[in-house]
Amino acid sequence: MEYFANFFQEFYDSTGWNFVIFYEQYEYDRFLEGMWVSIKLIFASLIFSLVVGFVGAWAQGAKSKIVRYGIAGYIQLFRNTPPFVQILFFYFVLGNLVPTYDAGGYQAGYIESFGWAVISLGFFAGAFNVEIFRSGIEAVPESTREAAEALGYTRLMSYIHVIFPLAFRVCLPALNNNLVNLLKTTTLAYGIAVPEMMYTANQIWSDNVNVPEMMIVLFIFYVGLVAVLVYGMHKWEKNMKIPGYG
Amino acid sequence: MSTTKVMSNNSISGGGARQTDLPVLLPIAAQSRQAALIERREGTYRLNMQPRHLFWVAAIFIFTSLAAQAAAQPGLISPIQAMLKWAPFILWGPEGQLTGFALNLIISFFAMILGTVAGAALGLMQVSLLLPVRQGSWIVTQFFRNSPWLVLLFTIMLLVPFEIDLGFVVIPIPDWIKAVIGFSLPVMANISEVVRGAVISLPSGQWESAESLAFTRRQTMWMIILPQCIKRMIPPWINWYCILAMATPLCSIMGVEESVTFTAQALNAEGDRPELIPIFYSFLLVIHFIYTYPIARWSIQLEKKFAVKT
Amino acid sequence: MSDIASNGGSAWTSDQPMVSIKDVHKSFGDLEVLKGVSMDIMKGECICIIGPSGSGKSTLIRCVNALNDIQQGSILVEGLEVNDPDLDKLELRKKVGMVFQQYNLFPHKTAIENIMMAPIHVLKKDEKEVEELARQLVKKVRLEGKENSYPGELSGGQQQRVAIARSLAMTPDVMLFDEVTAALDPETVKEVLVTIQDLAEEGMTCILVTHEMGFAREVANHIYFTDRGVIVEHGTPATFFDDAKDPRTKEFLSQIL
Repeated sequence: MEYFANFFQEFYDSTGWNFVIFYEQYEYDRFLEGMWVSIKLIFASLIFSLVVGFVGAWAQGAKSKIVRYGIAGYIQLFRNTPPFVQILFFYFVLGNLVPTYDAGGYQAGYIESFGWAVISLGFFAGAFNVEIFRSGIEAVPESTREAAEALGYTRLMSYIHVIFPLAFRVCLPALNNNLVNLLKTTTLAYGIAVPEMMYTANQIWSDNVNVPEMMIVLFIFYVGLVAVLVYGMHKWEKNMKIPGYG
Repeated sequence: MSTTKVMSNNSISGGGARQTDLPVLLPIAAQSRQAALIERREGTYRLNMQPRHLFWVAAIFIFTSLAAQAAAQPGLISPIQAMLKWAPFILWGPEGQLTGFALNLIISFFAMILGTVAGAALGLMQVSLLLPVRQGSWIVTQFFRNSPWLVLLFTIMLLVPFEIDLGFVVIPIPDWIKAVIGFSLPVMANISEVVRGAVISLPSGQWESAESLAFTRRQTMWMIILPQCIKRMIPPWINWYCILAMATPLCSIMGVEESVTFTAQALNAEGDRPELIPIFYSFLLVIHFIYTYPIARWSIQLEKKFAVKT
Repeated sequence: MSDIASNGGSAWTSDQPMVSIKDVHKSFGDLEVLKGVSMDIMKGECICIIGPSGSGKSTLIRCVNALNDIQQGSILVEGLEVNDPDLDKLELRKKVGMVFQQYNLFPHKTAIENIMMAPIHVLKKDEKEVEELARQLVKKVRLEGKENSYPGELSGGQQQRVAIARSLAMTPDVMLFDEVTAALDPETVKEVLVTIQDLAEEGMTCILVTHEMGFAREVANHIYFTDRGVIVEHGTPATFFDDAKDPRTKEFLSQIL
């Protein structure tokens, strides 16, 4: 670690390229904090979107027409409007409706910017997930379910061992597309002051006047993360391939 | 490749020898997979605006207006009046300038033009016969495709100087031009993929017959391949324009004077009253939707028209 | 295959019919598909049910396996009442195995995994035992070498034979076949029928819904002809094919033979 820090210090001294986050402890900590918030944001919105997708897909098979139309309306709204405006809407419009508590001198809402970002992004990606999960479930033929039932599987067991594995393989390519899209969209949280990577990078370059260097670091992080994800996706899809199925 | 092609009941999705004569999964599975791969190639999902969406957006707007009106406090300007008062400002900015929502549209036009030209060039480079050209353009495409738009926007806005001093003349580069450049980069990368996808989706027979007629590669590309590709490229191209038009509010973060910035200023000027917030933001939603809707519908019509012939 | 009399429900002895269908009525909404069907199948018998489409034959055997419920009548499988709302479906499915016409193998598991799945998950048997049994079954249906192939890599006839082996892995006492060869092309039909014939000759109680008249004539102990929800005529193959009495039967036979 020491060597690492020294290298960048010397790099700065010799070339003027200031990668301050690598040799100054304070900046390093700040940056790591921002990176951590970014990762938490990505994970939280991903999981929330999966839950939304799951519940929505299940609800789309509901008997009540209101529920079905409601879900369909939700999907269309979130698909056809810009995610940035959605985040602003959630934070400013719904944020005003949330009760506040006294957080030592100022009023803090029960859901703060991070929470709203997760909710908004989760609903945005969840809208796509509902359609994806639905098509996965519908792709499993009725006779496969019957065959499982005829073998003595209970409904729950047939879901776990037969229907879900098949539906999942059908969903996987579309789910992966959605995941990469979500990852890129999480940067919008900057617009509502979530202290993620871009926000922290902004603070660092305001202090250290090293915009290009921080930009390079940001790019490496995001593009690198997406590249790793895309690569992992391909490997996963290849692994899950059912021979004879295209 | 026509997206309306349906896999036959007894076959597995294309590619690979047919092994089994009983269907493995329902056709919807193959369709779903196909749709996902097309979406991956085009770079984003297709907007699928329907006429009923207009109804719902209008309904949301009217509902928020009425709800806000009901919460109006006497003595202060009512929400609907406030919205009517500020609407021109949000739509085209102060007199004498073309900012606000108009600037959103201007940015989207120019970014699209720039992105299309650069993207088409990049896409053609991706199908070049020269390996370094192919690889280089592939790297550029993947890099800009996989970067978040906001990061690219930031980079351009902060790193491009605010004026260029050529010695004999100083060219100012206003904020919105930087935004145009910033938006054109991801568009360029995605259009590049659309072009590449369209070119490789043509059957190889086209290339072979052109070659046997002694066309050069350049002639083949310009006279035979590209004219056929144009039709396939138009619907995703229009789709990207809609996505771009809806993404332009991002530059409000950088202070560009467009609709979101002015909405925030308007709210500020009215004292940040909470009952004004829903109505102003749904106004934003409405104007963006009303602009994008006819374009998205036109794209769907075009796609139907083209699909019948292929 | 299982030789032991079951202990479910009332005590059943092998002098009573293994499957006893009494006056079964079944409707789908307003459409009555089964209008009072009765038949008794003794242990070891091979029964073929033939008839025009829409006559209710598939519905009937699906009712035997409790995949469809019945509005009236009773179905007793080894003393177990299928019409009973408190029926333990697992007990029933342990006794009754079913092979379908349409796709039925689980495409994400290999052939041998398909065969082994249910005994392990449902019957909770030991994996080694089950694997042993599965390999025997694979040999029995003449598919050695294909254990590790996925269904997508097998032809239709091979898939059906794996499906038969899969149902046999549950060691049922009765096997139901619902037009299992209807989706196959003629060469592969034969290989599946040979497998079923072997089963029948070993003493498995089989109920087949089929169009394969040649098979019915050779292998069946009894043939039932259904039309529009009732059993029109039934008899041994000899009496049925050569000496049909009912005009509807004669008309049907003249069309297909």
